[in-house]
Amino acid sequence: MLISICNGRLIDPAAGIDAEHDLHIAQGQVVAVGEAPDGFIAEHVIDARGKVVAPGFVDLNAFLPAPQYDGQLSLESEALAAARAGVTTLCFPPSRDNILDTRDSVRQLTARADLPVRIVALGALTAGLQGEALSDMAALHQAGCMGLSNGDVPITNSNVLRHCFEFAASFNIPIIIYPQDPDLAAGGCMHEGEVSTRLGLPGIPATAETVAIARDLELIKQTGVTAHFAGLSSADAVKLIGQAREDKLPVSADVAAYQLYLTELDVDEFNSDAHVLPPLRSLADQAALQRGVAESVITLFSSHHRPCEAVAKRAPFAETMPGISALDTLLPLSLRLVNEGILALSDVIARLTTFPANLLRLDAGRLTVGATADVCIFDPAAAWTLNAETMASQGHNTPLLGWEMQGKVTHTLLGGQLVYQAD
Amino acid sequence: MPTQQLDQHGCLKHFLTIEGLPRHLLHSIMDQADVLLGRDDQIINKAPLLSGKTVIQIFFEDSTRTRTTFEIAAKNLSANVVNFNVRTSSTSKGEHLLDTLRNLEAMHADLFVVRHPQSGAAHFIAGQVKPHIAVVNAGDGRHAHPTQAMLDMLTIRRHKGDRFPELRVAIVGDILHSRVARSQIHALNILGAAEVRVVAPKTLLPVHVEKLGVHAFNNMEEALQDVDVVMMLRLQKERMEAALLPSERAFYTAYGLTRARLALAKPDAIVMHPGPINRGVEIASDVADGPQSVILHQVSYGVAVRMAVLGLLGKKEKRGSDAC
Repeated sequence: MLISICNGRLIDPAAGIDAEHDLHIAQGQVVAVGEAPDGFIAEHVIDARGKVVAPGFVDLNAFLPAPQYDGQLSLESEALAAARAGVTTLCFPPSRDNILDTRDSVRQLTARADLPVRIVALGALTAGLQGEALSDMAALHQAGCMGLSNGDVPITNSNVLRHCFEFAASFNIPIIIYPQDPDLAAGGCMHEGEVSTRLGLPGIPATAETVAIARDLELIKQTGVTAHFAGLSSADAVKLIGQAREDKLPVSADVAAYQLYLTELDVDEFNSDAHVLPPLRSLADQAALQRGVAESVITLFSSHHRPCEAVAKRAPFAETMPGISALDTLLPLSLRLVNEGILALSDVIARLTTFPANLLRLDAGRLTVGATADVCIFDPAAAWTLNAETMASQGHNTPLLGWEMQGKVTHTLLGGQLVYQAD
Repeated sequence: MPTQQLDQHGCLKHFLTIEGLPRHLLHSIMDQADVLLGRDDQIINKAPLLSGKTVIQIFFEDSTRTRTTFEIAAKNLSANVVNFNVRTSSTSKGEHLLDTLRNLEAMHADLFVVRHPQSGAAHFIAGQVKPHIAVVNAGDGRHAHPTQAMLDMLTIRRHKGDRFPELRVAIVGDILHSRVARSQIHALNILGAAEVRVVAPKTLLPVHVEKLGVHAFNNMEEALQDVDVVMMLRLQKERMEAALLPSERAFYTAYGLTRARLALAKPDAIVMHPGPINRGVEIASDVADGPQSVILHQVSYGVAVRMAVLGLLGKKEKRGSDAC
């Protein structure tokens, strides 16, 4: 199919483009930016007047139901939610439900051509995520795992971790770390601070994050592995990453977009929709995360989407499943940073596209000639309210219900195919 | 402003926490308990206030004292009382609780008295039950134990008179894990106590505890200077296992309430404890049984306060009037 996307504001940070340009697509690839090639007659023209045309988003962290999961939610329902959120590449970290330490388990996930989103598996760093033996990293890499991770299962043995880093570095595979010291976090269900003290909920101190980051940074320095810290939550974590980047360590970090706008105060009255890991922290932490974004310490935005069945959130707070359904709010919350003057629009797009794609060396996140035509078109001014009806995800677990949002995806193209179009 | 436990008229719908309640409501609970107690602490043990109503006590955690005093209180008000003990299993949590509630609702209950090991459980249950059912929190995790705090306030008022703004109060022990301490702190602040002090090693004090409106002390001798009321907390054995304390002995050495330490407080200071007491762990026997101890009074006031609370929640017909 020959497609032209006309009259839109094309933003392609990889090429340094932010201007009104048309985009022309053939055989699933970008064939021209600006003027159409000679003889090109589009079969389908998308009028993007007043809209932004950007590379499809690359979401580094989305925790979806495993393929075999049977419930209201499904891999299919959430893949559709990703398409509606403008996400065309979705990275799937390993978890206890879906360990991803064998080629087969990876293929089961990535060979799904029927999904409206490309799935990139992050392979397990240790066999069975046990934190004891190395996984077959090279084989996983060959099977398409562009990054390795132990997911949210911390590796407590520092010597094993050192060997993981050394081995991954030998094959030049980046690793993704969800920093948490399991002993300091043990038993906790929210940020240890003023609100946990008042509600009597067991807290997770910010040191659960920073102690883990500090240890890992030392081993990164020693081994030279390229490492990415996912889902920062605390001011001191931002400080540690900032220092490491200043010291030229091969380190990057992301933040869940919701962490920039929610705090421990959202847990008030035991709101289980605000039960998430790492926890929503203090106002000071939130401000530091925003500053970290502004100062380019945090260079990626991810959804950290964790949809839950309604019943999983209906229990006393600590017994509910942690997680926030976050795909629907990824773009509007990121755009808030533009409206608040914290980042330029092209910077926001870069953090959703170019930077995560570069980290994992993906053929994605750019719209130069010859690139795969993964495209997100959105109306940056469209106002809407987040509620169960407007959410695409089947998980409605978010403390942002009722919030006014600005910015809405109107079209998503995956490899030149229109996989989502707003009514 | 209506909250989960107060309706638009400021009347109690549920009794979940002391936090956020108006001062007059605390006083009216104490006034009502005073009436029930009479001059000689002899509780009026037959009142028809809850006649024809059913109180179900749902205890997800062991308790003898609280459950028994609630039961006596409800029976004194002529209610039918059903006791329901639930053992929580780690495998069937959320759904299990909801199923339990649906089953109990079907028994035409009017009041649920709930104890649960998780903070926020009473709020959760209050949000799930049918609108005609009132929920009383009989202790949820580390969060709140509002009837205990009310009987403590009543104990103070009956021994010190209604002069909270002149009183310095020290709460001693495991503040971190204590729902009793949290509710006491809120109650004392609402009643305008001159100063609330909390005393514990740093391992047993929650972070930013001063934001609750207290002064935090790590030194027992400093904390007891010139206080009018000493409220001791029970120390649980698990605290030693979790590496929060070296031993009971070590705790007693630093924080145990001995006669010598009590002498640092005002000469007429009273000593309180929610029970059951660990003699020689948090308090010396001669202090617990001594002339300044009001610990046994607390137990008998417990019935009166719980009658007052159940009565307030049971008086449906007065909703919307000024009488709440």
